[in-house]
Amino acid sequence: MKRGTAGTLESNDAMIMVKESDGLKITITSIVYDFFHEQIENVIRETLKEEGLTNVEVICNDKGALDYTIKARLLTAISRMEEEK
Amino acid sequence: MMKNSLMRNVPENYNPYVSSDDYKSKKRVLIDKKATNSTVEYLESYSDLFDKLNITDGMTLSFHHHLRNGDFVFNAVCQEIKNRGLKNMKLAPSSIFPNNQCLVELIESGAVTDIYTDYANGPVAECISKGKLKGEFLMHTHGGRPMVIESGAIKIDVAILGVPTVDKKGNGTGKIGKSACGSLGYAESDVTYAKKVVFVTDNLVDTLDDYQLDGKYCDYVLKVDAIGDPNGIVSGTTKITKDPVGLKIARMTAKLLDEFGVIKDGVSMQTGAGGTSLAVAHYVKNIMQERGIKGSFASGGITGYFTDMLEEGLFEELYDVQCFDLKAVQSTLKNTTHHVMSGSRYANCFDDNVVDKLDFVILGATEIDTSFNVNVTTDSHGKIMGGSGGHSDTAHGANITVITTNLIKSHMPIIKESVTTVTTPGADVDVLVTERGIAINPLRTDLIEKVKDSKLPIVTIEKLLETAHEITGVPQKIERSKEAVGYVVYRDGTVIDTIYKID
Repeated sequence: MKRGTAGTLESNDAMIMVKESDGLKITITSIVYDFFHEQIENVIRETLKEEGLTNVEVICNDKGALDYTIKARLLTAISRMEEEK
Repeated sequence: MMKNSLMRNVPENYNPYVSSDDYKSKKRVLIDKKATNSTVEYLESYSDLFDKLNITDGMTLSFHHHLRNGDFVFNAVCQEIKNRGLKNMKLAPSSIFPNNQCLVELIESGAVTDIYTDYANGPVAECISKGKLKGEFLMHTHGGRPMVIESGAIKIDVAILGVPTVDKKGNGTGKIGKSACGSLGYAESDVTYAKKVVFVTDNLVDTLDDYQLDGKYCDYVLKVDAIGDPNGIVSGTTKITKDPVGLKIARMTAKLLDEFGVIKDGVSMQTGAGGTSLAVAHYVKNIMQERGIKGSFASGGITGYFTDMLEEGLFEELYDVQCFDLKAVQSTLKNTTHHVMSGSRYANCFDDNVVDKLDFVILGATEIDTSFNVNVTTDSHGKIMGGSGGHSDTAHGANITVITTNLIKSHMPIIKESVTTVTTPGADVDVLVTERGIAINPLRTDLIEKVKDSKLPIVTIEKLLETAHEITGVPQKIERSKEAVGYVVYRDGTVIDTIYKID
């Protein structure tokens, strides 16, 4: 199964892993979960939609990253997954 | 339940907060000072201490936090409470740190039911936030604590105080000894007003010429191997931040203070020991040196940065309630103009206090709202992670109170429409400096007038909130418990806010 990871667990960053899956699954853990989990999930959904991906699992471990950081980490994780042979 | 003037809930049996200068309409209440002695008695052990002082269920014991995260005394007393199976004890430590973890078990078992403190951080704070403490939890300020002790609102049965050096008359100092911590300011009210006073020391000497704690109030002395771990008592050095955002905020703050016209001969100031606060002191120092300005005094928790400024002649005096680093401890010994002072002299609203004479103070915030109320007591979930310490005391006393903070920390906007918990009322907070702009409290029309032609990025606090939300998004509203676990008590003894339970 192909997978890709990007990011760090430093504050203001997030570590994101994507892997091939039967359907779409998103798991979020975040230090600001109660305040921003909907927003983080929306960024992930929107980015997957733009990339045309439906059958992936995304695991996001967020340490207070802003939206653009989440998106950048996710895109890198996706490209690393796709590079995998 | 009723509402105070800030629309925060206050239970019926407490006095609600009215305003920060309401104390002016009240009279100072002083109970009799404790009985004095000409001799002291020596104790063998903590167990002997509990026997001789006949410490029983329900008594109130008090402590100071000058040994900070290296303190052994408070923990040793907790252990003795546990060994003896005592119940319903009331504890009044001036602060609680992560190393006081052993208290958690005593709270859960009901050995300790009531706690009065100025600051709480770590496992004990978390345990109280979860509603485990069965009785009363009150969070005072560093100036409010001496006030509730001298007025008898909190009656201390036995003050058990770590003292780095004690002489044969029972006089005590923190300036020397292997556990030296400098000033013992927060212990002075306990020494004067507790029913009984015990000094616990690891350095007993014949006589002291220079002492902060008067031996005439000391009843017993307990000599132990160590009252604390020197590595946890003081940090080696406190340093200016290297974070470019913190430095930018500090530069803007110094420039703003200069435009307010307060950096001039005779200036008095206080900053915290945090990296950004010290950076403000650094930029203010540069301006003073360039123009040959000589200040009158700096106060507070003192760091090496301020003792350097004293030695360079930039201030005439330092007023020190608590030393933050080793350099400050050493300075209390060698600099005669570095004065140790009591918590009451520092910040008690009824005393001739130092904070009222401050030109400006630089403080931090966990949250600040559009009415300039500041929270340094809980996080945004409502979990206890700090407390006023001297925050609301200095904010009221200083002519100009500046809050310096990043606009956003780990995705969270620091500005809120309404803070989770009010520590310091907005009426006493004059300026907020963030990396993306400065907001001045509309109540300070005098300050706004002074900088009306300034090139600094001065905006409204509502505009700063909007800027933060543009970057972070608007935080989701969270459901909070309505069950109270404690109260934030303002420096005049009134309740300014309620602390609620978390899951």
